[in-house]
Amino acid sequence: MSSAIRDCWISASRFAETFGSFQLFSFRVLPHLAKALRRPGLISEQLYFVGALSLVLIMFGGLFVGMVLALQSYNTLAEFGSTGSIGAFTAEALVRELGPVVAALLFAGRAGASVASEVGLMRATQQIAALELMAIDPMQRIVAPRVIAGVISVPLLAAIFSAMGILGAHFVATTLLGVDGGEFWAQISERVDLYQDVLTGFFKSILFGMSASLMAVFEGFYAAPNAAGVSRAATRTVVISSVWILLLDLIVTSLTLPGT
Amino acid sequence: MQNNRAIDVSVGLFILLGLAAMLVLAAQTIGHGKMNSGDSYLLAARFDHVGDLKVRAPVSLAGVPIGRVESILADPIDFQAVVMLRVDAIFDALPADTTAIIESSGLLGGKYVALEPGGDSEVLKDSDEILLTQSSISIENLIGKFMLNGGSD
Repeated sequence: MSSAIRDCWISASRFAETFGSFQLFSFRVLPHLAKALRRPGLISEQLYFVGALSLVLIMFGGLFVGMVLALQSYNTLAEFGSTGSIGAFTAEALVRELGPVVAALLFAGRAGASVASEVGLMRATQQIAALELMAIDPMQRIVAPRVIAGVISVPLLAAIFSAMGILGAHFVATTLLGVDGGEFWAQISERVDLYQDVLTGFFKSILFGMSASLMAVFEGFYAAPNAAGVSRAATRTVVISSVWILLLDLIVTSLTLPGT
Repeated sequence: MQNNRAIDVSVGLFILLGLAAMLVLAAQTIGHGKMNSGDSYLLAARFDHVGDLKVRAPVSLAGVPIGRVESILADPIDFQAVVMLRVDAIFDALPADTTAIIESSGLLGGKYVALEPGGDSEVLKDSDEILLTQSSISIENLIGKFMLNGGSD
């Protein structure tokens, strides 16, 4: 009995320790972000690895999610005879919620895990220690470019996800379900608001990109310097950043909920 | 070097594609903004009850949108709702006895303001008030009346 309580206490304090050191790590990265902008070559290299290589996954993800949304909403909307609102419904859901959130989750799984294992392997093979020996700050050289690339990539990926989703929904609605294409687009432009929906989604995805990439470099940076540690870092990155993204989404959505 | 160029090209394509997607999303949703880009003028209208008319709801003439609801406020003196309508400037010859009616598009659709021109030779100018108005019809009240009448017959 007392050992169970002690285990709980140990894991709670370990959680607090990890959470605290993550916050401190984030604050330590901040001043390096501006300095890292002076090396655009490093950022563009990371943009390729975390952004361009995630493109295919995001495009297919968006396409299929949009198609499924159109199919699922059709039955309910058909009951009210308003199948023309499929466009507005899917566009609103994609732009506000699914685009930023699912794109960030896919990003965490695809790019976050690879960044975490890459940085973790650098730690394990003492490349980070070597950089420090040469008086090169690994924060500036390794961590900051990856965080900046994540902050740039995720909003772009989310926009691509939403756009592909709307195209997929348009395809399903017009060819399979026989909805009028003109009404589809008209309802979108009438119901989806640039500021309230599109820009809210954009700011959300910046936030998600920031936290997912910070989590990935943090886990990699402090990974145990062995094979098990690297794989543990990759797994923890995906699990923690997924939960963290969903929690942040809940907080941001309830704060920015449009009033009546 | 060759490898570097491939990376640069794909990063460029990725960012262009992302920006294009954002542009598409913005262009598809900008429908609201189009109306405000041209010249326009303001009209006021007083209603006893606006129902759930919303700011930015369309103002239509013969069923065609020609403007937007600019603001909805309650008058503290005569207890009516004052609705400001922003109308496209090319519709500058609306007769002074135009009627403003709050209608709803379909049973579940949103409310909008319909303008029905009268026959007066005077025209409405900027910040004039539309004197003839008809408030929003509440379906709940209609059903209530219908049920009461049905009971008495």
